[in-house]
This record gives sequence, structure tokens and C-alpha cells, in this order.
Amino acid sequence: MLRFILRRLLQMVPTVIAVSLLIFIIFSVVPGSIASSMIADGRGANDPELIERLNREFGLDRPVHVRFGDYIWNLAQFDLGTSFRTRQPVTELIGERIWPTLKLAIAAMCVAIAIGLPLGFFAAMRPGSLLDSITMVGAVSGLSVPQFWLGLLAMYLFALTLGWLPSFGYGEGGLRNLVLPALTLGVGPMALLARTTRAAVLEVMSTDFIRTARSKGMSSFRLVKWHVTRNALVLIITTLGLQFGSMMGQAVVVEKLFSWPGLGSLLIDSVGLRDIPVVQGSILVLVLCFLVINTVVDVLYAVIDPRISHG
Amino acid sequence: MGLRLNLVLGGTLCLIVIVAAVLAPWLTPLSPVMDADLMNAELPPSAEFWFGTDAQGRDVFTRILYGARVSLTVGIGSQLINTTIGLILGISAGYFGGWWDDLVNGLTNLMLSVPSLIFALAIMAVLGPGLSSLLIALGLTNWSWTCRIARSSTLSLKSQSYVQAAKTLGYSDFRIMLTQILPNIVGPVLVIATLGMGDAILAEAALSFLGLGIQPPQPSWGNMLTDARELIAIAPWVAIFPGLAIFMTVLGLNLFGDGLRDWLDPHMRTRPV
Amino acid sequence: MSGTRALLEVQDLQIDIVSAKHRHNVVENVSFTIDHGETFGLVGESGCGKSITALAMIGLLRSPLVISSGSIRFRDRELRGLPERELRKLRGNRIAMIFQEPMTALNPVSPVGRQIAEMFVLHQGATWHEAERKAVEALASVQVPAPEQRVKSYPHEMSGGMRQRIMIAIALACKPDLLIADEPTTALDVTVQAEILKLMKELCSARGTAVLMISHDLGVIAKMCRNVGIMYAGHLVEQRPVEAIFRSPSHPYTNGLLNSLPRLGSRGIHGRKRLQEITGVVPSISAFPAGCRFQPRCERASALCATTQPDQADLGDEGYVRCFHHG
Repeated sequence: MLRFILRRLLQMVPTVIAVSLLIFIIFSVVPGSIASSMIADGRGANDPELIERLNREFGLDRPVHVRFGDYIWNLAQFDLGTSFRTRQPVTELIGERIWPTLKLAIAAMCVAIAIGLPLGFFAAMRPGSLLDSITMVGAVSGLSVPQFWLGLLAMYLFALTLGWLPSFGYGEGGLRNLVLPALTLGVGPMALLARTTRAAVLEVMSTDFIRTARSKGMSSFRLVKWHVTRNALVLIITTLGLQFGSMMGQAVVVEKLFSWPGLGSLLIDSVGLRDIPVVQGSILVLVLCFLVINTVVDVLYAVIDPRISHG
Repeated sequence: MGLRLNLVLGGTLCLIVIVAAVLAPWLTPLSPVMDADLMNAELPPSAEFWFGTDAQGRDVFTRILYGARVSLTVGIGSQLINTTIGLILGISAGYFGGWWDDLVNGLTNLMLSVPSLIFALAIMAVLGPGLSSLLIALGLTNWSWTCRIARSSTLSLKSQSYVQAAKTLGYSDFRIMLTQILPNIVGPVLVIATLGMGDAILAEAALSFLGLGIQPPQPSWGNMLTDARELIAIAPWVAIFPGLAIFMTVLGLNLFGDGLRDWLDPHMRTRPV
Repeated sequence: MSGTRALLEVQDLQIDIVSAKHRHNVVENVSFTIDHGETFGLVGESGCGKSITALAMIGLLRSPLVISSGSIRFRDRELRGLPERELRKLRGNRIAMIFQEPMTALNPVSPVGRQIAEMFVLHQGATWHEAERKAVEALASVQVPAPEQRVKSYPHEMSGGMRQRIMIAIALACKPDLLIADEPTTALDVTVQAEILKLMKELCSARGTAVLMISHDLGVIAKMCRNVGIMYAGHLVEQRPVEAIFRSPSHPYTNGLLNSLPRLGSRGIHGRKRLQEITGVVPSISAFPAGCRFQPRCERASALCATTQPDQADLGDEGYVRCFHHG
């Protein structure tokens, strides 16, 4: 098992390098000078002298391959550069914002698991029942609804109309501020999880080994506890890992909606300010979060399914 | 849910959106941009303004009709790009194999390891807002599932006797891929494209909501919600209707896609995310 | 033992497949008895209803299959209509089952020792600790080498024959009165087949366990059973002691089955005679003929066969046949 984890961690390295390269290409090779776009938003005329000074200051006048070498070298030392605007190290800016984002993502995933998993499970136990139909209609709706719109409506209802919860902001970092953003962000994964769980449980229930288990004379409760759950989890967990990816994307939108001081807000604000190092850095960190989570999920997968780490 | 029900309900919803988008100028006498009237600002829904008016006094119903054009353009356009890229890469990788296959495989895995909305966001940040940027950003970031399906189907089709026969007859590789392989993978690819259209429309809404997509005053369902965030306390209808439009459209596409998938192959259960 | 009565008595069993619009008969008029410690064989082509009959014995028929009439008496107790709770006490404990596919019949994510131990926890109220210890003994009894290590193995680490041994260990864990073996060796290599059959035979006779052996392979049945029933399209067409069946098959279908068997040394007697096959195909469930179900494929068929179902005709040797033209 330890060897499997190590192998999986090693496999991450080329992906991280490839992702870094991809992000570098997007921001550096794409036409349009960063300096000119920086000052194009009204902060001064298109002054060639100013552009040149900025280019020199941020090292943008050097050839692309030199800049890429520097970029990778700095990355290896966890240096993401300096903000164009605040002149702070990007890692510092990101460091302040990463915990709120993780907190939000984890809370949303908890919401999704706590509701989606049992719903899908009970739906599969009684296929064709009312609960099953409601769950399935709810799941396809949850996958179709723009989450930030639901968040907006929830804000209107629970914060502005009923006054139960704060409508935006981080507050003191307490639970009350977390509820609405986490629920909003949890809707999509919840729907998908309900759907996947239902399909997984139905699939497991139709296998030969479940028939064997029945022939042993066990109750439905034990059947589920001893044989269904673990096998269904094997199928569910892959979806769960991929789901974190789209959640990282949705988190950006939800953070902006609720003025949540996380990476997503930092990213969007920096895009508006054309603060490229911060944009680049926060995107890289968001992607890295996803990679780490996926690796954790893979390891979890191997823990649950003995066939993975052996084969 | 019944198979027919999915197709019929989904198809109807999609049809409504297409009709709204195409016939927008005939369905409403007003202009989505020019007919601003501050005297009529923030009016609740009424016989005159079915969905109410926004902060500038523009008719929300009119703006939603025109917004459908943006959503459909982005949905269809980006999926055309995605599907083309996915098919070309997937079929050629499966057919030729070797280093090209390895490269495409690596690229696909790379695409899957970057959350597509974040990828699109990065591209939008560089290209700047606008419809063409949206098409590029959403068209370049969501082809990995198509590519995977195309590749694996090509791999299994390649060894089939009729493809081998075509080779023996001296057909060119291009002709074999076009006439022997492509027709066999149209079904699943169509399903992915339909579901992908829904995802693209959701992504457009999110990007426009963030101010990175379609810029005001041009109406898009996403940027209408940006304004709505400020108005939610006093004019909730400005928020409700554009979101409902997105929801219904994407629901239609998802139902239609699910129905299509069940119809084509009852065993193809897993939905690419 | 409960005296002289048979262990299992099946009377006029009828199983239907029921959907909202249709009701098709799958198994009809099936009767047989199995004595304590007896091995009874049920033979037929795939789809003839033998596996469904077996599932009915253990109360595992699932919708859309239902028992619509007849009775299944096990140790003088009617199983039809027995509440699920009571059935569960019998299942695995008094009536156990082995399935055809050793590759998929075991839970892939659970160690085999645990899958055996479950039996002791379920039926003997053992703690997991005791049960795991007994599982080692059970593994040893099915002649798995190094049972202490093997209990920790997962199914995917074992060969098909080894997995079938695990299945046998599970089935015989609680020393059941009846073991239902549904094509237990079909998926295995021929050499492994013989070993598994031998093992089953030894273990069951040592424990006094009766066996309902289901197979499409008359050779397997000949090795294992005293009495045998031949099923065709949901009907039990002939039921007799094994020697009698081989000596003088009475039903034309049985005859056909026997003629399609390769026999060692038969070339010397019959020359280069080709193996015979029965012409035609088994009718589908929705299109069973009205009279004798074998009649469309039968050489001896007459006008009567097309309209009327033949009754049981007793044969001298404790057996019967359902055919107007038996011989």
C-alpha cells in the first residue's frame, strides 16, 4: 500500500509540470503584451516609455524560454512572483486566501455527501418508488441549475427576507456565514452524487456475489452493510474525485457571489486589475488543489478496493 | 423516468429556446439595449412587462429572448469546436497509435486534470471579454470526453473485419476514418455534445456573471444576473427570470441527452462529468 | 433425522414470469423428492428452467419470477409462503447453494476468510473472532493449502478452482441438510472439474448432506447421482435412477441427449459414427407449444402430441416418463 501511495505521488510530478507549462503558455505566449494591457484600462495613455519601464521591471522583455526557465525555477522554490499591483509576494496573497476556499469546498462536499449519498442509496433500494422518482428528478434539476442563481435566490430568501443568515461576507469565520455559500456550492455535487450512488448501488445489487450473499441467509440490512456499501463506494469514489474539479471552478463563482474572501475572489479581482502574476498563481494553486484531492481519492480507492493496489 | 418522456420533455424545452432565439425580434416590439427608460425602472411583472423591468427600465422579457441567442450561440458553437477537436484527435490517435497516441493520451489526461471552468477562466482572462473569446475558451477546454470515446471506439473498430477489408481494398486512411469509423461513433459523441452544450451554457452564464463574458449592455442570461445581485432586495424578478431561463434550457438539454443515450444504448450508464 | 419422510418433496411446482401485460410459464408440473443424504441430478439444456427451480428451493426467486402453484416441503415444512425471517434461518444454514460462476460469485472487496466467517456469525451466533478461526478450519476441510494465510486472500488472487473450493466451504460451513449445486464445475477446467466433484462427493457423504445437482452435463450427473430428472422447456420429462436412464432412456429427448454424448471406446463398437445432435432449437418461453413441449423437435411425434400434454407414465424401476410414445 505504501508503495502504491509513493508511486501515485510520483505520477503527480509530470502532471504538475505539464499543468504549469500549460498555464505559462496561456499567459505568456498568447498575443498582446501584458504591460500594454495593464495600462490600457485607463491608468495612463499608451505611453511607450511607461510600457518599456514596466516590461523591464517585471522582466517581461526577456525571451520566452528564459522566462519559462525562471518561472519553473521559482516554482520549485514555491515562489510565484510578485503582484504587479501591491508588490507583495503572490504566495503571501494566496496564503491568506487559501483557507477560506478550502473551508468552503470541504463544507460543500460534506453537504453533498450528507444529502446526496443517502438519497441515492435509498432511491436504489426502492427503484420506481416515489422517493426514487423525486430523487431522480431532483438530481437532473440539480445538475441543470446554475448554482450561483440558486445562491442568489437563497440569499434573497434566507438572508434578506427572513433574516436568518448573513447575506454575504466571511464574518468572524464562523458557521453562520458559511451556511449559504456551502449549500450553494454543494448543490451540483449533491445531485451528481445522488445519481451516481443510485446507479452504483443498483449495479452492485444485480451482481452474482449479492445473490451468493442472499443464499447465505442474511437480512437486507446485513447484505447492505457487509456487501453492498463497499462495492458501491468503489464506483462512487471516482465520481467524487472528478466532482472536486468542477467544484473548484464553481467555487470561484460562489465566492464572488457571497463576497467570500477566498482564492476565487482573489482571482476574479486580479483579473479585473490585470494583475497577471496573481491570476496565474491562483489558477495554478486551484489546479494543484484539485490534483492533490484526486491523488487522495485514488489512494482512498486503493484502500477500499484490494484489486487496485495489487494489480 | 421513461425514455420517451425524457426525449419529449427535453426536446420541447430545447425547441422553445430555439424558437425564442430565432424569432426574438418578432416576439417582442422592444429592443433589448436601446429601450432603456429610467421612468419605468424596476417595475414588477405586469401585462405590459411580463417579466418586469431592470434598473435601466429595460424589459426583462425582451432581454431574455435576445439572451437566448447568446446562450445558444455559445452552446452550439463551443460544442462544434470541442467535438471537432475531440473527434480528430481521438480517431487519429486510435487509428495511428504509436507516439501520436501517447501524445494525445497525455494531452487528454492533462485536460482532465485541469477543472474546465478554471481553464476557461484563464483563457478569458488573457483574451478579454466577448463572444468570440467565450467560444474559444469554452471550445478548447471540453473535448477530452469526446476524444476518449472516439479513441476507444476507433481502437475496437480498427480490428473489425470490415475495416480490415477496407484496408485491403486500398482505401486511404482518411477515407476509412471518415466512412468506416466516424459513422459508428456518431451516437455517443452526439450524447456527449448535447450534455456538453448544457455545461457550456452554464459556464457562459458563470463567466458572464463574473464580468468576464458578454459585456453589458448586450444582454446575456449570465450578465443579467450580475445586475440582479445588486437589485435582489428590491427587484427579485430581475434575478428570477434569467436564472429560470438558464435552468430550463440546460434541463432540456440534459433530459434530451439522457434520453438520447438511453435510446442509443441502454447500457451506457455513466455520465461524463 | 425426521424419520422416514423424504428431506425435500417438490409437488407440481409451477413458476411463471409475470409482467404488467404478460404471464408466461417457465416451469410447470415439476415434482421430485430427495431423501436424506441422497444426491439427485437435474439435467437439461440452458434455459430449460433448472436453475430457476433451484432458486425456488431456496426462496430466492425475484420478481418477475413467481411460484404460482405447487408445494415445496423441506423436512415436512412447507417453504411456500414461509415468512422471509423463517426462510433466512434455513438459507445457508439448512439449505445451501453453490453457483456456476466462481469468478463473480464472491465479493471482490472482502477477504475470503471473512466471507466464510459470515456463515458462523449469521447462523451460529459466533463472534467474529471465533468465526474467523472456524473459517480457517473450513478452508482446511476443502483442502486449500496454507489456510491460515489463505483466509486473508481476496478472490482475485485465486484461481477458479480455488474459488469454487471457497464456495463449497461457505456452503458446507453450517453442515446443511441440502446442498444445491447449480452447474458447480461448468466454468472450470476439466481436470479441476474432477477434483471439485470428488471433493463435493466426499464432503457431502461424510456430513450426510443431500445434494441437488444441476448440470447440462450427463457425465457429471452419472458420477454423482442416484436419481436423475431430465428437464425440457420447463417440464420434467423423465425421472429415473441413473443406471436406468443410461441403460434404456425412455423419453425421446433423453435419448437425444445420450446420443449426443461422446463415449469412451464407442468408436470400436460403432465405427466412425458421428455424434448425433437433436435437430431444432428449444422454443422460447413466450412460444411454448400447447401439447408436449418437445413435440416440434421429436421424431416420434403424432397428432396427439401437438394438442395434449402427456401424463406421467410409471416405469417399472421407480421412475416415470412424460411421453405418449415412450420406449
